[in-house]
Amino acid sequence: MITLAEVSRNFGNTRAVNNISFTVAEGETLVLLGTSGCGKTTTLKMINRLIEPDAGTISINGKEINSDKPEFLRRKIGYVMQNTGLFPHYTVAENIAVVPKLLKWDKEKTLGRTLELIEKFSLPKDCMELLPHQLSGGQQQRVGLARALVTDPDIVLMDEPFGALDNVTRSGIQSEFKALEELKRKTIVMVTHDVQEAFELADRICLMDHGKIVQIGTPKDLLYKPVNEFARKFLDSQRLALEFKVITIKDIWEFLPVKLIKSEERALSSSTDVWSAMERLSSAGDHPVELFSDLETQQAKRINFQELSTAFHFYKQKAKHD
Amino acid sequence: MIEQQQTLWSFMTEQSDKLLTQTLQHLGLTFVSLLLAIAVGLPLGILIARRRKLAGSVLGIAGILQTIPSIALLGFMIPLLGIGAKPAIVALLIYALLPIIRNTYTGIVGIDRHIIEAANALGMSRTQVLLQVELPLALPVILAGIRTATVINVGVATLASFIAAGGLGEFIFGGISLNNSNMILAGAIPAALLAVILDLLLSGVQKLDFRKLRKIRFLFPLLILLVGGFYMIPGTSDTSLKAGFTPEFMGRMDGDLGLKSVYGLKIHTTVISDAVMYKAAYEKELDVISGYSTDGRLKAFGLTILKDDKGIFPPYYAAPIVRQVSLEKFPGLEAVLNLLAGKINDSVMTDLNYRTDYLKQTPERVAKDFLISKGLYKSPRNGHAGTIRIGSKIFGEQYILAEMYNMLIKGNTDYEVATKTGLGGTKICFDALRNDQIDFYPEYTGTGLLVLLQPDPKLVKEITRDKDRTYSYVKRAFQKKYQIQWLKPIGFNNSYALMMRAKQSKVLNVTTITELRNYIDNN
Repeated sequence: MITLAEVSRNFGNTRAVNNISFTVAEGETLVLLGTSGCGKTTTLKMINRLIEPDAGTISINGKEINSDKPEFLRRKIGYVMQNTGLFPHYTVAENIAVVPKLLKWDKEKTLGRTLELIEKFSLPKDCMELLPHQLSGGQQQRVGLARALVTDPDIVLMDEPFGALDNVTRSGIQSEFKALEELKRKTIVMVTHDVQEAFELADRICLMDHGKIVQIGTPKDLLYKPVNEFARKFLDSQRLALEFKVITIKDIWEFLPVKLIKSEERALSSSTDVWSAMERLSSAGDHPVELFSDLETQQAKRINFQELSTAFHFYKQKAKHD
Repeated sequence: MIEQQQTLWSFMTEQSDKLLTQTLQHLGLTFVSLLLAIAVGLPLGILIARRRKLAGSVLGIAGILQTIPSIALLGFMIPLLGIGAKPAIVALLIYALLPIIRNTYTGIVGIDRHIIEAANALGMSRTQVLLQVELPLALPVILAGIRTATVINVGVATLASFIAAGGLGEFIFGGISLNNSNMILAGAIPAALLAVILDLLLSGVQKLDFRKLRKIRFLFPLLILLVGGFYMIPGTSDTSLKAGFTPEFMGRMDGDLGLKSVYGLKIHTTVISDAVMYKAAYEKELDVISGYSTDGRLKAFGLTILKDDKGIFPPYYAAPIVRQVSLEKFPGLEAVLNLLAGKINDSVMTDLNYRTDYLKQTPERVAKDFLISKGLYKSPRNGHAGTIRIGSKIFGEQYILAEMYNMLIKGNTDYEVATKTGLGGTKICFDALRNDQIDFYPEYTGTGLLVLLQPDPKLVKEITRDKDRTYSYVKRAFQKKYQIQWLKPIGFNNSYALMMRAKQSKVLNVTTITELRNYIDNN
């Protein structure tokens, strides 16, 4: 658990971070979202003391982070950055092994863990002895992730981790990232200016502007309960796409026609978002029918594209009136 | 051309012992100073990369040090560090500093800041960031700086011979003084080769895969130390007295060679430039030096001349030498120049030199004061009957003489005068005279005989016993060979001389070269 209490930081006369407080729960992914210069990166870097706050306190699991040397703090926190920050003079294996070496792991343990991660991130097996510049951008970013996760830290900080990648590579890595068992238990704070990415990956989003928190809440809160004009406008241009991603089959379950059938193994979970469901239905071709099941009620429904979009529409109508 | 190469080759084989010692000394000087410069420059470079505010001033100071002329720097070192290897190494270190500091700084500052941020974020300590990330990544740039410094040092190390630190400069500057091209080349070619080879080697190191380099990098300081170890620091003497002779003196029959063969003098000798020699004697770094008998510093530094009781130093009586054509073109010139004949003896000349060298009076003032005291000074007539061109060599005494002739000509004739003083050496002066660039300059009988005429050694031995015979021989030979006239001698004899501190000479009771030899043999 990470707690920021009334934290501020100035750069010269500009107040980069202005009296912000929030808590990130254990296992939660909090995305710091905002335009460049809003203070999100400064906020992130204060958590591992790459930047020291001018005022306020930051604590991890109740312990203030400045109670020990910054090196010791940082070795316990994974860090992923936009430009990978891989050491150009280290091989892939050596890059991954930086923190284990600092923690004085024995060589076999490090090697075992490295091989495990290389497998998990579907990196080529023979890349161990290559230098970073011999890898593609996507591969480099995976090595960067592996380096941050090698010691299995409880907390991972990510500074625009996918920012330097092209769109295709990015969405590939993002979905890999989401599916990664390794990350599910971790407390993650991630910085991004990409609204789509924030909605895709966040449990909660902290929208920032001019060093202050505008709104902090779940993606759904941000979409449907914006606290002010800024929060609304920030999402407006991509609202529909975001809604497709935020709303799940379960949310619109009551608006779907009742064509109850016996639950089948093939049935997709009702936690699937509308966007993925649409993708599935449109790729089904001549038979636009698909099964969705609600795990709690053990119900399954068979629907087509038309029924899905009608239900989505009804849900939105209702959300507006709430 | 082939003949020239062969003689050079034979010179080098003949002197191969010396050549090897000098080359090793040269390498030693270069590497010891380089190692020290790395030891000082690298941490400084790292410091200013950490504290950028200091960068301007540190690089500025290193830059200023770089611009101090080498000879001047060596001169400053003597009171602090004496002569020999120590001051030479310090001077070389100072010259090597700038490229090393600057490249370390640029190398570290130039690293992508994201890489440094990552190193910090992963939890490396400052030292770990420095050793594992910053230095390895800056290494190619730092090596480039070391490479520059090495080449600079190979060049500057030739000057180490000025302060008795050895190296290939002994041959180079000895050869220049003795007008011996083979000797110059025997020093210059190995020095140039050293620079080229070291540069190539280091460029090879620079291109090495730094990953492989990482495993053997600790070998480099070791290697440098090893080569540095070749350098045997001179100054450990087996006799109680130390001598310092100029490179020219070392190679001459009427110099070190004569001292050895005629007197049998066995003294621990180092080679040193005359620019710093007197001071080194004064600072008790040296006990016996090869000076000039009328040098002003003799008086300034309290030195005394040891009597040449076996007469190995030929007389060096000064007299103006004039083109025959000029004497005819400017009637009355000869009479004016002869006004000075016999007017200046050794002690007067030493005193005049003392005034310029030590009291820092201008040659013009010293000349005028002297002429007034002798009643020879007349106000310039400002005539326009033609211009007489006076030459002089590049040392104090010649400037004073040229100034006196200038005033005498302007005061006694209607001619105008153009002075071309500071001609760098006998050969340049004499060539200017022969090629009608100047009309006359003061020359010395010994130089005329030994440097310009170079007759058979036996004949030299014969005629140099007597100053008048020497004078009449050169006068006749110059007239015949070059149509150049030796006018009447001015009076003083500026010959080579061995000198000691007056105090020490008294204490040891050594007043002649024979006594010096006996003293050394008995101790």
